[in-house]
Amino acid sequence: MKVAVIGAGIVGSLIAREFTKYEIDVEVFEKLPDVGWGITKANSGILHAGYDDEPGTLRAKYCAKGNEMYDRLSKDLNFELKRIGSLVLAFSEEELNILKELEKRGKDNGVKGLKILNRIESLEVEPNLSREVISALYAPSAGIIAPWEAAQAAIENAVENGAMLHLSTEIKNISNENNQYVLDTSNGEFQFDMVINAAGLWADDLAEKTGVKVSPLHPRRGEYILLDQPGVVRTVIFPTPSEAGKGILVLPTVHDTVLLGPTSQDLPPTQKESTKTTFDGLSKIVKSAQKLVPAVNISKTIRTFAGLRPENDIKDFVLKREGNMMHVVATRSPGLSSAPAIAKDIVNDMLGDLEIKKRSDFNPHRAPLVKVIEMSDKERENIIAKNPSYGRVICRCNHVTEGEVVDAIRHGARTLDGIKFRTTAMFGRCQGSFCTVKIMKIMKRELGKNYEEIRKNLPNSQIVDGDVR
Amino acid sequence: MKKLKYDVVVLGGGAAGMGAINGALSQNVSVLLIEREASTGGVLNQCIHNGFGVHVFKQELSGPEYHEMYMEKLSRFDAMYETTVLNVDVKSNTLNTISISGVYEIKYGSLVLATGARERPFEALRIPGYRPAGVFTAGLAQHFVNLENRLPGHKAVIVGSGDIGLIMARRLTLEGVEVEGVYEIMPYQGGLTRNIVQCLDDFNIPLHLSTSIVEVHGKDRLEGVTVAKFENGHPVRKTERFVKCDTLVASVGLIPENDLVNETIELSDGSGANVDDLMRTNIYNVFAAGNNVCIHDLVDFAAVEGEIAGKNAAHVAKGKELPERMGILKKGEGVGLLSTKYTIAAEPFKLFVRVKKPMGTTILRLNDQKIKTVLAAKPSEMIEVKMDPSRYNMKGNLILSAMEVDKI
Amino acid sequence: MKNAPKTKMMDMTCVVCPIGCHLKVTVDENGNFLSVTGNRCPRGEAYAKEEITDPKRVLPTSVKVIGGELPLTSVRTEKAIPKRLIFSAMKVIKSIQVNAPVKRGQIILENILDTGVNVIATRTVKKQNGK
Repeated sequence: MKVAVIGAGIVGSLIAREFTKYEIDVEVFEKLPDVGWGITKANSGILHAGYDDEPGTLRAKYCAKGNEMYDRLSKDLNFELKRIGSLVLAFSEEELNILKELEKRGKDNGVKGLKILNRIESLEVEPNLSREVISALYAPSAGIIAPWEAAQAAIENAVENGAMLHLSTEIKNISNENNQYVLDTSNGEFQFDMVINAAGLWADDLAEKTGVKVSPLHPRRGEYILLDQPGVVRTVIFPTPSEAGKGILVLPTVHDTVLLGPTSQDLPPTQKESTKTTFDGLSKIVKSAQKLVPAVNISKTIRTFAGLRPENDIKDFVLKREGNMMHVVATRSPGLSSAPAIAKDIVNDMLGDLEIKKRSDFNPHRAPLVKVIEMSDKERENIIAKNPSYGRVICRCNHVTEGEVVDAIRHGARTLDGIKFRTTAMFGRCQGSFCTVKIMKIMKRELGKNYEEIRKNLPNSQIVDGDVR
Repeated sequence: MKKLKYDVVVLGGGAAGMGAINGALSQNVSVLLIEREASTGGVLNQCIHNGFGVHVFKQELSGPEYHEMYMEKLSRFDAMYETTVLNVDVKSNTLNTISISGVYEIKYGSLVLATGARERPFEALRIPGYRPAGVFTAGLAQHFVNLENRLPGHKAVIVGSGDIGLIMARRLTLEGVEVEGVYEIMPYQGGLTRNIVQCLDDFNIPLHLSTSIVEVHGKDRLEGVTVAKFENGHPVRKTERFVKCDTLVASVGLIPENDLVNETIELSDGSGANVDDLMRTNIYNVFAAGNNVCIHDLVDFAAVEGEIAGKNAAHVAKGKELPERMGILKKGEGVGLLSTKYTIAAEPFKLFVRVKKPMGTTILRLNDQKIKTVLAAKPSEMIEVKMDPSRYNMKGNLILSAMEVDKI
Repeated sequence: MKNAPKTKMMDMTCVVCPIGCHLKVTVDENGNFLSVTGNRCPRGEAYAKEEITDPKRVLPTSVKVIGGELPLTSVRTEKAIPKRLIFSAMKVIKSIQVNAPVKRGQIILENILDTGVNVIATRTVKKQNGK
């Protein structure tokens, strides 16, 4: 039995890993050069508590359940998860009424620990909130992760358990011959018994290639500003949600930076790669974020970026099985929170009638990545004695060592962004102005490349070009 | 964990750090340099242009020459290279380091912070558009060209008219890169006039004032930028113009690097360490010198500050009391930056002043005393003021103001 | 109308040192130097005179090093050379290379373009792997 998972975002990665628990051959196809570089790379990274989603939707079905599963996942796969809780702020009686609705809906969805705080209680939780706040809905189960780290960890673990990963491999066509799916890819033809379409923004196009109609997707662009202002907030701060969505938030990241955003701009389906920021979007973020937390200091900007969410007209996930192919479409918010629960359900559904054994040798653990800065002096001494490169700090903003950069390469990083999104080097306030050369030197040595062959991320993202002499 | 003890520990071996070593060694104390890179020199190593050393060496040197010649002045001192300080505890006078030799706890009698500055990256400007490869800080582009023998691209736009950006405009032009222009959002230049003349005018590179980038194009590698006129910090509609380029070099400001001590050392609003005229910070045995105090125009001044800091750090390490602070310097009208916050003024000292905006003939006053007249004052060019306690009152609240008396 | 001599004032920034004095240069109708004000030292006057006749610049750049611990050594012309020769000088400098070790001050190229000015190394480059 052979299964193909198309798309190595958080959804595809968790589905692939789930399949590797069974005696089945798993292959993952990703058109980008690395794991988790689509929708997964540029979103808020929040595990939502699950009070937003109307009962009866797939969102309501999966969000709280998926959120809960992350505790186990983060332990098994060793990626960072912080249960920091969230606050939805109300600035008027009208908004307070909405909070009450959300609280009720949350309870119906099985969200634990929800509580409406008064003004004083809200300010106790979050001293930098606007003094205009009158009340807040507190959800202790909301958490934050770096979504790409979860996807990397899941794929690595899947690969350790026998899965095969095809990066930079685009699906051109899918046909079904004699109960076999033939994947025509940019790297040749492959045959499978089962296919999971977790192609993110392109999941609708891919479904269409197999003759399956789903509610069409359009990208919803979310712009963000990343700040170097640790401690300005401790929880995820939401405004009261509106028709337009959850609004612009202020939240800490697992890397101790602060994220403002996202905007919510619907783009036509033709703009599925339009990850640019805009003047209006960034201005809006500043205004909205400072309304929630006036202490937000925009001069501490590290960078801005934009991500795209796969939106459809019914504003809900679509899980559609056609033969032995499953289409996972419109994993919009709370797609990240829901992903583990979706993955489990899909694998159960696909393998349900078949008598496929669970593997006895499945290893659920991915070894933790070395993070020297988080170690005690004793641990540092020991690891440097074994491998001195763990003592050579390459990134001065986040204190990433040469050893960690080499580890990232051994864990699959082939580009500067590959290293950035595994180590946090170049993620800090200097944005790589000090460490880029050092990292490129390590890449040259470890990968046997020259400077010209090193990419930032995409195939044409060359850094330097040619000799001075 | 290995433990070491020194009278004076210097963090950073750039110009100010070398100065501090020099100052401390002159007082016969034990000195340890902790340096992140594999050698001393700091950014001097990649600044291959000339113009360094007019005051200290009485000649115009390149950065690497300045570095080597200064090192030759120094007698023996201990140094830990490729070593990063993870934290400084000013209560126990210790700091912790990490390097390939392991982790060390180092006890100091006095500490000199000579950690320099970092460049504000382009990304921090919140300019809309894509985030492709091909965007460099001026320092990173300079590192590639001058130390790694690599060209960043073939057609460049420079954003910001800071000195390193201007230097890179010439450097890239000499190496065959087409430099389309320098774009400065302010109505006046960011760098020294001398650099405008020799780096831009000499090569017919246009400097576009009140103009900056409003959008970055290109998803993989930079394909161009949209520039527009700016008024009061906002782009002016219908002045947009697309400029094709594959390289963007940002020279948009230097930020004093004090992240290691930002919770213990009193910093200015520009994030520089607040020091007195003996280069001492708010902690009795912690001194600071160079660009982590304030951004200097001339490396000589960073080195001289280092010498003062090193010498006084040695005094304190030997148990000598420094004279008390007498006054506090505050920015008055027209003043954007002061290098010194507190006055001791036991002896005359040099104060560096930057004005807020370009002015013609300008009078600097200390409270109501006239202390200097300059023919033309520009924010890009530091004004050096000799503060002589025998001539001016330097006690109490001292407001330094700059007033234009005659237009240019 | 008075028959005053036709002179012209030119604004100029002295680049001899980083101070950058603002010079006001007076030239006659044929462009010949008459006087200068605004300079803080005599070098300013010399600069203004030269800038009007044949401006000169120090050229800082780099030269390829063979077998060194760095791929390049930085170099500069020992003295200023005529500005009009800068690109020709770059062409010459681009064509040469030097074997490691390189010593600071070492003459890399004598008398570039017959200017009488040498190109010197401005940094020491050791041989790769040791001295």
